[in-house]
Amino acid sequence: MALSRIQLPPEARRGEAVEVRVLIQHPMETGFRRNLEGKRVARNVLHSLACRYNGVEVFRATLSSGIAANPTLRFYVRAEKSGELEFWWLDDDEVEGSAKARLVVT
Amino acid sequence: MKRRTVLALGLLGIPLRGIAQANAHVSTTDPLVYALTKGKVVNAGRVKLELPKIADTGYSVPMTVRVESPMTPANYVRALHLIAEKNPIRDMASFQLGPYSARAEVGANIRLNGSQRVVAIAELSDGTFWSDAAFVEVREAACTEDG
Repeated sequence: MALSRIQLPPEARRGEAVEVRVLIQHPMETGFRRNLEGKRVARNVLHSLACRYNGVEVFRATLSSGIAANPTLRFYVRAEKSGELEFWWLDDDEVEGSAKARLVVT
Repeated sequence: MKRRTVLALGLLGIPLRGIAQANAHVSTTDPLVYALTKGKVVNAGRVKLELPKIADTGYSVPMTVRVESPMTPANYVRALHLIAEKNPIRDMASFQLGPYSARAEVGANIRLNGSQRVVAIAELSDGTFWSDAAFVEVREAACTEDG
């Protein structure tokens, strides 16, 4: 499972737009590169990512090789009540990953 | 806007700038654009695509796309699509948003295979499409060799 990092403000006020940053360690291999032996390196792109907030999906991204290695995404979510932000992702090697962060709403 | 109207405005010497131009950044016959819009008009405006003018390398270029929208259940941005015109895979990314997003803004680090124009298309809850484009000069392309 890939390493990841989620950044949230320490606390948010109800109704406020909260900036969510997520960084996932992933090569985002394009499938166009060749290794030292001249063989193609197989494509391995983290192609799907979703974020659920208290069980409801609030963000979904479909990515391609046009996203840099170690994808860093930034988006907003409206603070409703304190709870979990659960991330899930999947790459071309069918490797799934997940991460969680707690959003504190005052 | 109909072709006839556009021609008439041109004849009368009325400048088109300021009026939302239909399909200014995209071609409706482009299969990738068609797959997203199903042939609907893509108006220029309401979307702001922020990219640096010059990037030293194309490996990781900071990108922000933002749409003017109240993000209420009645009026929100449903999706944002990014197209890189000169990448081997032009379909760069799509983001699904909703009224719970509170703000129609997404940031990501993108990869560019050389200097090119990037187009952002926003799909609104009322079924309309809006776009913006930005040209990035890339000094060193993200290497695709024979791609």
